[in-house]
Amino acid sequence: MHQNTNHLRNEFRGLRVAITGGTSGLGLAMVRESLMRGAQVAFVARGREGVESVARAHTGAYGVVGDVSKKDDTHRIALQTVGLLGGLDVLINNASDLGPAPLALLADTECEDLERAIAANVLGPFRLTKALLGALALSAREGRGAVVLNVSSDAAINPYPRWGAYGMSKAALHHMSRIWNEELRAEGIAFLSLDPGDMDTPLHAMAVPDPDRSQLKRPETAARELADAIDQLLAFMHSGRGMLEAAR
Amino acid sequence: MIAAHLPIQRPTQAKLLAVDGRGNIEHWPRSQFADLLGPGDLVVANDAATLPASLSGQHVRSGRLIEVRLAGRNSLAPDGIRNVTAVVFGAGDFRLRTEDRPEPPELRAGDRLMLGPLRATVAELLGHPRLVRLAFEGSPDEIWEGVARHGQPIQYSHVSMPLALRDVWTAIAGLPVAFEAPSAGFALDWSTLESLKEREVRFATITHAAGISSTGDAQLDALLPFDELYRISSATALAAEEARVRGGRIVAIGTTVVRALEHAAQDDGTVTAGEGLATQRIGRTSCLRVVDAVLSGVHEPGTSHHDLLRAFMDDDTLRRMDQELKSRAYRTHEFGDSVFVERIILGVGRMPGQSASIAARADSRRPTPGRPVTVELRPAEPGRRPVRWLH
Repeated sequence: MHQNTNHLRNEFRGLRVAITGGTSGLGLAMVRESLMRGAQVAFVARGREGVESVARAHTGAYGVVGDVSKKDDTHRIALQTVGLLGGLDVLINNASDLGPAPLALLADTECEDLERAIAANVLGPFRLTKALLGALALSAREGRGAVVLNVSSDAAINPYPRWGAYGMSKAALHHMSRIWNEELRAEGIAFLSLDPGDMDTPLHAMAVPDPDRSQLKRPETAARELADAIDQLLAFMHSGRGMLEAAR
Repeated sequence: MIAAHLPIQRPTQAKLLAVDGRGNIEHWPRSQFADLLGPGDLVVANDAATLPASLSGQHVRSGRLIEVRLAGRNSLAPDGIRNVTAVVFGAGDFRLRTEDRPEPPELRAGDRLMLGPLRATVAELLGHPRLVRLAFEGSPDEIWEGVARHGQPIQYSHVSMPLALRDVWTAIAGLPVAFEAPSAGFALDWSTLESLKEREVRFATITHAAGISSTGDAQLDALLPFDELYRISSATALAAEEARVRGGRIVAIGTTVVRALEHAAQDDGTVTAGEGLATQRIGRTSCLRVVDAVLSGVHEPGTSHHDLLRAFMDDDTLRRMDQELKSRAYRTHEFGDSVFVERIILGVGRMPGQSASIAARADSRRPTPGRPVTVELRPAEPGRRPVRWLH
């Protein structure tokens, strides 16, 4: 397994990290990467069986069964997450919905498929972040730093045909991250919106059923890169320069 | 006074009655709360999120239905959820006034309770037939899930619709350790926090496991508030010290913050960081060593929350405040209006510089809509610190 040797100081040690969509693909890789770096992890996913199986296999990771796209699940997920971790430093909004599968032209996209993508990719992260903002702000006030990573996509920027529902929702998520970053920087909460690249994950397999897997990034690689980005941001926030920016 | 019966945390028409340190009373739109504060002041709020602490279920030995309201715990750590203090009610729910609720079955140590997916044992009775210590079975994550899925926010009959967790979490809710909402904090939203920052007012929080406010049993109610755990970070203790040194006011958002800060206060007014168990009841004879002002809900005389205000002002001022609240139809309870009360300090004030009196400032204001109306002016009493009411 990869050892984090990029930084003399590992910002993840003792961090309290929540990850949505944590039982497969990039989310599961982020659970493992965070644990390996010494974080305490709570992960969220819809299926109880998958949640219990991942929790059993990963000591130190708490599983929370819930659907981030459902409004009524939001505060229950937040309650269990913060209750179990005793606070929260990092939130990774990773759970995503592709929209229509197989992919469809926008003109052929059913409204219900678009609504589902927006519920999972925009409204879900919005609600969960809002419910967890108090815990994140508390972490920031105590000098631990607080980061929200919203997993984005190049489809948030590029208008790829047939990726309409997904691309629209990821564009909204990307812009939401940027606005939140502007509004909450002064509170010491930083937002990242990062494109992990095309990965060999269940979501990608739904979109592209017959891919050239040799061309796809392994989710473990993407998880390491994303964790490095969070690590660097926390290191910056903990430096005098970051504190100065937060105080402005 | 009338009870606020809709679960809206920040209704646009929410009112704020402000009493300064000389007993002057003003009425403000609560949305302008930040205008009462100025550079150097420190606002301290309770960042506890609220647990769904009402658990319905069955008392196994008798087979009777009960409602358990969690009311305290031994530790703020995540596994502190295993052992809790609780008040047990008979059958029914919040729709019936607590004082009209049937008694629960006789409770004995060792009795088992089935509370939805949760299983608990009465570990001991705590000096009253309805007050118990409960031990939950299972791992902390099973207990947290059980509470999250089965529990409902504790509520009272003045709000008729069932509350959801989102109704009782303040905007700044963090660690879920409160058994009832620290509802004075409903007045704060992120925009208010931004306004405070613009006014160079600092903001800090404590975590205080606010307990239940009423049991419907006179004997138990007389014991309220129960002992409550709190945690004060070193950042908050430092902010309090800096405010003290700079002569700013320390403004508590809610009675729980008053209780925690005063419990952690040293004789010299410094605040000790760390965890503690607030055991004191604050009232007329209490000496406030840290808190200069409190933003609180509108409480009926005779409640412990109302009694706490007697530490801030004399009985005559409190009576006038209550009359004002009544005559202007302020709304009571957790979703109601608010009061902002400065403590009366005898002797020399500790703040550098002194602002104009409340009357002079009121005169200088343009009569624009939404501005406060001064309803009563009293001459400053000798030796009392003039309020610093900055804009």
